[in-house]
Amino acid sequence: MKNSLKEIATGFNSLVTGMRITLGQFFKPTVTVRYPHESLKMPERFRGHIELVRDPETGKAICFACKLCERACPSDCITVEGAKLEGAKKRSVTQYMLDFTKCSLCGSCVEACRDGAIRYSHDYNLASTNKEDYIMDLFKRLENERLEAERLAGSPKSEAQGPRSEVQSPKSEVSKQETTAAEPPPTPNS
Amino acid sequence: MQWVHNSISALWPEPLRLVLFLVGMLSFVGLNAAYLVWVERKGAGRFQRRPGPTEVGWAGLLQPIADAIKLMSKQLIVPAGVDSTLFRGAPLLMMSPAMMSLAVIPFGEHLAARNINVGLLMIFAFGSINVMAIMLGGWSSRNKYAIISAARVVSQNVAYEIPMLLVVITMIMVTGTMNLDEIVRQQAGAFWHWNFFKVWVNPLMPVTFLIFYICMLAETNRAPFDMTEAESELVAGAYTEYSGMGFGVFFMAEYANILLGCALATVLFLGGWQSPIGILPGVFWFLVKMYCLIFSVVWIRWTFPRTQFYGLLNLSWEILIPVSLFTLILTSAMMKLLRA
Repeated sequence: MKNSLKEIATGFNSLVTGMRITLGQFFKPTVTVRYPHESLKMPERFRGHIELVRDPETGKAICFACKLCERACPSDCITVEGAKLEGAKKRSVTQYMLDFTKCSLCGSCVEACRDGAIRYSHDYNLASTNKEDYIMDLFKRLENERLEAERLAGSPKSEAQGPRSEVQSPKSEVSKQETTAAEPPPTPNS
Repeated sequence: MQWVHNSISALWPEPLRLVLFLVGMLSFVGLNAAYLVWVERKGAGRFQRRPGPTEVGWAGLLQPIADAIKLMSKQLIVPAGVDSTLFRGAPLLMMSPAMMSLAVIPFGEHLAARNINVGLLMIFAFGSINVMAIMLGGWSSRNKYAIISAARVVSQNVAYEIPMLLVVITMIMVTGTMNLDEIVRQQAGAFWHWNFFKVWVNPLMPVTFLIFYICMLAETNRAPFDMTEAESELVAGAYTEYSGMGFGVFFMAEYANILLGCALATVLFLGGWQSPIGILPGVFWFLVKMYCLIFSVVWIRWTFPRTQFYGLLNLSWEILIPVSLFTLILTSAMMKLLRA
């Protein structure tokens, strides 16, 4: 009798403790990131697909098509084309095809690059129903970013900013904040 | 409230009043069943620090309507080999007793569809049909999970009907009537006149309320006693084979039964429409008390894991029935002493 009463009391006590804990959680703020409307900031070392780095002085890609990355790639997903433009000392890249369907994100290309001309992007909204979307021209992507930035800034001067923020499109700059306002997930870049 | 009641009874004859109450009751149950789902989902979200439904309407308020449209537009599949009459009838058999029982609940001082002398008895008479509905639904589905669920619901409800009725007998002894309106009127005054606090009649009154509440959870098959639709073991229990609005009606009936159980607990223990501080109309206080209880039902669901089946039966037979019997005897002894 005494034991069972004690059992009931301890059991009841534990139930009340549990209910107090859940009620405490009830009044705490929610932790959900409402994904399509908000997105998390990617950590600095996030490994997305690779992207070309812009030279802060010229505003053009640092890459001069030495093709070291192409050779370093174990899955053969990089194809670089370059040409010596008129008046330029070095060759410059004209086409940088990345076949992301084959890429395993091993990073050998970034390691192989001696001039720091490629790095990991912070894009992760890459879902698509079309396979062709994953064969991307990174050079064209860089150019489009530049044009977009110019269009938004209203002048070509906008290139001369800090190296990191300059290369990212205005879109990804917004997403650098903890959570961003309503904005549909960007489709994979063509 | 008095003049509204007077003018209604003066202008409209009895049949019209009944139609009015019928429409009111149906819409009250329907709206509550729909929006308690929203409350449940929002509550579940908050307890787990999620926002819950947010997309349809402001704060997800249109979510129940979207759900209803989805369920109604689905095909009602009656699987081959089921007893189709019982299969179709079971959801209705579950929903209608809850609605009928609400007819005797006094929502306000003059707001009861039917103020009959055996209201409490009627609620328990109809309340037992609810068990049969789940059993028939499970049995007629011709599905192994549904049949296990049907067997469970019977043993669970038999086990929990006993302490519940013992508690209700205690309450009838204390109040001396089965008329719900009369029971509420006896609890007039400040909150210490509520039956919940009447410790001079029965020192274990809060325990009695707790037993009633636990039994109510078990009778409405709510977590942690939701053995009938233990989804990790039984798919959806008795509702496994139901699709579209057949499932929808079962789902709504679950909330209608919770509503009824909480309304009854409010009437029996928490003073019904009596205001604890003497301001605002009775309907308001009734709804506040009832929704607090409903919130606690949601709170309990998202706090405790499901009991095992023998644990469920042990709780009833080893703790609830002896304790409620003890309170019954204690109450009768106290009443004898007080009268003498």
